[in-house]
Amino acid sequence: MEFSINQEIWLRLWSIWCAGEEKRVGTRTVFVGHRPVSETDAYVEQKFCDNRIVSSKYTVWNFLPKNLFEQFRRIANFYFLIIFLVQVIVDTPTSPVTSGLPLFFVIIVTAIKQGYEDWLRHRADKEVNKSSVFIVENAKQVKKHSEKIKVGDIVEVKADETFPCDLIFLASSNDDGTCYVTTASLDGESNFKTHYAVRDTTGLRTDNDIDSLTATIECEQPQPDLYKFVGRINVYRSNQEPVARSLGPENLLLKGSTLKNTKTIYGVAVYTGMETKMALNYQGKSQKRSAVEKSINAFLIVYLCILVSKATVCTTLKYIWQNNPFNDEPWYNQKTKKEKETFKILRMFTDFLSFMVLFNFIIPVSMYVTVEMQKFLGSFFIAWDKEMYDEEIKEGALVNTSDLNEELGQVEYVFTDKTGTLTENSMKFIECCIDGHKYKGGISEVDGFSHTDGPLKYYGKAEKCREELFLRALCLCHTVQIKEGDNVDGLIVNQERSTYISSSPDEIALVKGAKKYGFTFLGHEADFMKVQNQKNEIEKYQLLHVLNFDPVRRRMSVIVKTSTGKFLLFCKGADSSIFPRVQQDEIHQTKVHVERNAMDGYRTLCVAFKELTQEDYKKMNEQLSEAKMALQDREEKMARIFDDIETDMHLIGATAVEDRLQEHAAETIEALQTAGMKVWVLTGDKMETAKSTCYASRLFQTNTELLELTTKAMGDSDRKEDRLHELLLEYHKKLVQDFPKNSGKLKRSWTVSQEYGLIIDGSTLSLILNPSQDSSSSNYKSIFLQICLKCTAVLCCRMAPLQKAQIVRMVKNTKGNPITLSIGDGANDVSMILEAHVGIGIKGKEGRQAARNSDYAVPRFKHLRKLLLAHGHLYYVRIAHLVQYFFYKNLCFILPQFLYQFFCGFSQQPLYDAAYLTMYNICFTSLPILAYSLLEQHINIETLTSDPRLYMKISDNAMLQWKPFLYWTFLGAFEGLVFFFGVYFLFQNSSLEDNGKVFGNWTFGTIVFTILVFTVTLKLALDTRFWTWMNHLVIWGSLAFYVFFSFFWGGIIWPFLKQQRMYFVFAHMVTSLSTWLAIVLLIFISLFPEILLVVFKNAKRKNHQTVPFSLPMLLSYKPMENGYISEMKIEDAVTNFTQRCHLRIPQMQQL
Amino acid sequence: MAVNYNAKEEADGHTSGVGVAGGGAAGGAGKSRKPDNTAFKQQRLPAWQPILTAGTVLPAFFIIGLIFIPIGIGIFVTSNNIREYEIDYTGTDSSSPCNKCLNVSWNSTPPCTCTINFTLDQPFETNVFMYYGLSNFYQNHRRYVKSRDDSQLNGDNSSLLNPSKECEPYRTSENKPIAPCGAIANSMFNDTLELFHIDNETRIPITLNKKGIAWWTDKNVKFRNPFGTTNNLTALFQGTTKPVNWPKPVYMLDSEQDNNGFINEDFIVWMRTAALPTFRKLYRLIERKNNLQPTLQAGKYSLDITYNYPVYSFDGRKRMILSTISWMGGKNPFLGIAYITVGSICFFLGVVLLVIHHKYGNRNNSADIPN
Repeated sequence: MEFSINQEIWLRLWSIWCAGEEKRVGTRTVFVGHRPVSETDAYVEQKFCDNRIVSSKYTVWNFLPKNLFEQFRRIANFYFLIIFLVQVIVDTPTSPVTSGLPLFFVIIVTAIKQGYEDWLRHRADKEVNKSSVFIVENAKQVKKHSEKIKVGDIVEVKADETFPCDLIFLASSNDDGTCYVTTASLDGESNFKTHYAVRDTTGLRTDNDIDSLTATIECEQPQPDLYKFVGRINVYRSNQEPVARSLGPENLLLKGSTLKNTKTIYGVAVYTGMETKMALNYQGKSQKRSAVEKSINAFLIVYLCILVSKATVCTTLKYIWQNNPFNDEPWYNQKTKKEKETFKILRMFTDFLSFMVLFNFIIPVSMYVTVEMQKFLGSFFIAWDKEMYDEEIKEGALVNTSDLNEELGQVEYVFTDKTGTLTENSMKFIECCIDGHKYKGGISEVDGFSHTDGPLKYYGKAEKCREELFLRALCLCHTVQIKEGDNVDGLIVNQERSTYISSSPDEIALVKGAKKYGFTFLGHEADFMKVQNQKNEIEKYQLLHVLNFDPVRRRMSVIVKTSTGKFLLFCKGADSSIFPRVQQDEIHQTKVHVERNAMDGYRTLCVAFKELTQEDYKKMNEQLSEAKMALQDREEKMARIFDDIETDMHLIGATAVEDRLQEHAAETIEALQTAGMKVWVLTGDKMETAKSTCYASRLFQTNTELLELTTKAMGDSDRKEDRLHELLLEYHKKLVQDFPKNSGKLKRSWTVSQEYGLIIDGSTLSLILNPSQDSSSSNYKSIFLQICLKCTAVLCCRMAPLQKAQIVRMVKNTKGNPITLSIGDGANDVSMILEAHVGIGIKGKEGRQAARNSDYAVPRFKHLRKLLLAHGHLYYVRIAHLVQYFFYKNLCFILPQFLYQFFCGFSQQPLYDAAYLTMYNICFTSLPILAYSLLEQHINIETLTSDPRLYMKISDNAMLQWKPFLYWTFLGAFEGLVFFFGVYFLFQNSSLEDNGKVFGNWTFGTIVFTILVFTVTLKLALDTRFWTWMNHLVIWGSLAFYVFFSFFWGGIIWPFLKQQRMYFVFAHMVTSLSTWLAIVLLIFISLFPEILLVVFKNAKRKNHQTVPFSLPMLLSYKPMENGYISEMKIEDAVTNFTQRCHLRIPQMQQL
Repeated sequence: MAVNYNAKEEADGHTSGVGVAGGGAAGGAGKSRKPDNTAFKQQRLPAWQPILTAGTVLPAFFIIGLIFIPIGIGIFVTSNNIREYEIDYTGTDSSSPCNKCLNVSWNSTPPCTCTINFTLDQPFETNVFMYYGLSNFYQNHRRYVKSRDDSQLNGDNSSLLNPSKECEPYRTSENKPIAPCGAIANSMFNDTLELFHIDNETRIPITLNKKGIAWWTDKNVKFRNPFGTTNNLTALFQGTTKPVNWPKPVYMLDSEQDNNGFINEDFIVWMRTAALPTFRKLYRLIERKNNLQPTLQAGKYSLDITYNYPVYSFDGRKRMILSTISWMGGKNPFLGIAYITVGSICFFLGVVLLVIHHKYGNRNNSADIPN
């Protein structure tokens, strides 16, 4: 209901404006220190945006108009504004205050909330903008506010400070021109990353030196990718040709990251303010809307129709009735001159509007506020849940958006990452194989480095030199760094105090594994890597190049120069990317091991090496440097060169690293499946590993029939498409066509006789999703989808991040739009987390990116169980009940008013006093439902978590379907009729006091209203299954407040009121015994059907099952699809109860 | 979405509360991020968990049935014991004595009078309340309901001379403000009803008490005559004019000072607008004189009507109602019947459910054994 102009667009517009007319394409030239390159060229001040960070939306002067504008973009608010304006302009039955007051209350509350949030943002901005930085100007350090930094300024940053803007690293206090940086607040990786200064500027270590630098930097226009940067620095020296050096991401210090282990650095600002990579990365996420909200909108339209038809009926009847002149204008009730003069059409129109205004309360203003409040406050319970707190990382769950709480109870498909999500992502080196010989290490500490008498077991032995080569490769081919303890004694690193840090846990496991076999990596020293070999000697290797790992190549290499002057290339990577690049005859023996290891669920890596000749290296070096200098397409050029280099290698061996399953991962998956969710595993890992993980995590059971759509099953590459075609048709026939027709019923049932599991890999998937031009294959996608939907479990391996998102999107857009949930921990899961309806991040070891981009973040996979089964279920029930209740209570509020029109000549006479009309939704009936929607537990949390089948009862938005909606509507209509006609019959004789005095129309309305307030509150009380003291307080408090208010409102002659219609009306009402009797009776009649229904439902359910659970008594609950329930589970659950909360047991067993 | 660039967040940068809830939710944790183990935060508040089961509801049904049925019978009997006598004196029927007055207008002089004779079969033992009833008179029409000025009626002097706009078109007459203004006041019921007991052809007038018919709070607080130095109402209402349809100004409604002007009780009763188009309003009280005689004996009576109030033009009806009153007010069979019905249904359902409950309960037990 919000025609929102995307936040993103605003930001775009802002940044475009900020960057000036010039281009976001092309390059920018930065003059270091604002110094012109040569005397002849006059220095032209360039326009870049300043370093002010503006994350706030409003300023003091534009807050009011802008905020109001944004609020009235909401259709609901706009609607109420229109109603209000109609009331102001047209002569309507209720004063503008009745609808104006709630509206302004809503608007003001929202404005205050948004204002407060913006103030926080202003404060945060100010803190950043006003923080002091040191800028080198004319060889002197000048202290300035961070916001004053201009592009081209030379900034000095000290240790443990964050960089105020994106800087090109010029020089550091370290001799070698390096600095260490942690990007914890950017992507969450807390390891230290080394950044390098350009060789020509490393020497400029003082203010004076740096001031003498004349250089320009050409670089690309700002773009959001954190890991990409292409630029060139031209250093001018007097009387010399300018030197051009390439700049890459390793030269760029990003705003937001922190300088570590380095005293000071100098850098020149290249991107400032809103153009920094950090700011560009914060562009708003697309807003996710929940299914409940769609239901609300649908109901809203129904009620709008009811409203309009009511108004139309009344207007029509009014004019039919008025056809009779003595009805239209009897002698006792003449029209005013103005009324007589207006045209009939106009009069009809204003009458219609008046009726609309009179009945407009049927659309609840306060519902939006209450829903928002419920979501906002309710989300705290997730963050507060100590069961979702992890002792290890000392963090609990995190809620990034509260809009999707109830969506957690609606999930049908769960897409989970494997590594770090299902598994621990804490790698342990298990074994390796060298030239086909298996080496399995013991777990105990290795005390001797000699391989002959260690506790290591060798299954046959490879040649000694191969062994050593392999271990050296493990020691050299990585990007691991050593984080040193506080004091480092000379060159020898104290092993106790140092730890390995790396962005990939596999590498650490490998280095540690090598250590176990006697080769210890001791760290870097300038360009050299030090390795302690089995004989306790220190070997030094000059690190020449690191060909970094990337997910496309799936391998990494290092080129080192040994002390003997040999050039060696070590390469490690996935078997699929290594095998084609090594001598084919070497593959066989290793392949057996790799496959067996993969079957056991280990992560395997192959290690290869290659000796380079001097010439080869020279050539290679040139190519690499050239590519690194390139301004455009550097990535591709590099990749091509890497590809050339990493060929014709020799396979040495393979490693197996174990990634243990997270605790309770299997139980969680089982629970999710029992709850009717389909769990798909999307992983980048290889098929065998993934498959064994799936078996271990019970995604595949032993009786699951596996269907494979993998490169392996596809066979040789020529007939791939045909084979795929055949397989698809075969599976389709098996699953879809031969499947029993009542599959609809079985859709979420858990007693399907035969379970199928599907395995597909990335390349096959791309074949299916992007088929070649051949038209016959274009329907692969739909066939594939049908197969997928029939399978209980699907495993997609070898997935690229984008493919993961593709899969999610594919499922999301199938018929019925199932609610999808993605859970992952790494940067490669971000795309799927953003794509799914609900994205969940694991606060894992692979950085914080997933958690940052998610809607909810939990520490471990097992927490998903409680998050979905308990929190999701409860939130859904709460909000669904809230929505239904809101519509219901406003229907029975307005229906008597509508019926009254039939008895007052369709004159738009309101039944209730204006104060009641206004306060009904704000004060009298709002708090009980809010408390209900925050605290209700219709089923205990323990039961919900332990019996996943309960989750199915709310599947498919069960409580907000048309059937429950109709039920609530009928209930509201019935109650409205009872209220009105009950009091109508009572008023056949309006002398209801024992002194014969009569009551008037306001007493009539007040009696109806009293019954109404009591009935709707008691109805909620009937629905409440979980009465905490807060529920008692608000429910009885609201009723008491109503009584108190009524006395108060009628007890005074209010000087500001035109009419004293309520004066002592309530007090007189309560003195009449008949009224009391009528109120009690009518409340009882109104609630009677509900009570009866609940009893019947209970009896029926009890009859059906022997479950000792207090299942919710809401009609909107789906009947169980079959009565069978696992006795085992119940007993489990009951035992759980006895252990956890003995308090509740008596109630449980009462049934 | 909001963006927090918080410089302090380096260690745990993920907390940057993006927009709505997240920040607050996580931020509240403070130094130790471990959530508090309080009953509220863990959603473990001690709670009463009522369950509506057949076991709890059935006894309730029985009890409610057992309470409601006697109450209903009590109300029904009470209502039936109330004596009520009603005469329609509109005169639409040509045989009616008031037929001649049917087309009377407001200002007809001399006023049309008619007499209706009637017989009470049973004596009215207790105090008798005399009502006039009107039908098809929309006192609850919106235009009508709002056509009054409560501050004028409350004795506010400025409103007296400058009545509210709501009173249009009964606000001013001949450039003078109307007191009391508005349609309600203007259309005040002005028939005069007199009751005679005919005892052996002699007409014995029955004393009709005209005080004590309005709400005490209305008479004493809500309605007040304009405030001034003098007690002379004529002077206080100086500068105003009478409502168009009234024969006399407001300060001449009654001879007694404490029932004159705005605090005239007939006027106050009329000003309390009725809820439905068919209504009755209290007109006079007939108090029981002594304990030996009933207030109204069985016998012949005659009702003298000064017929001023035209209702025929809008198809209305006028009635005179004599009624005694019980603790529950006037005669109203609805409540008693409703109570008896609901009570019976409750009781009946209780029985039915009990039978079902027992039947199923037994079957359940037997079914449990093989399991």
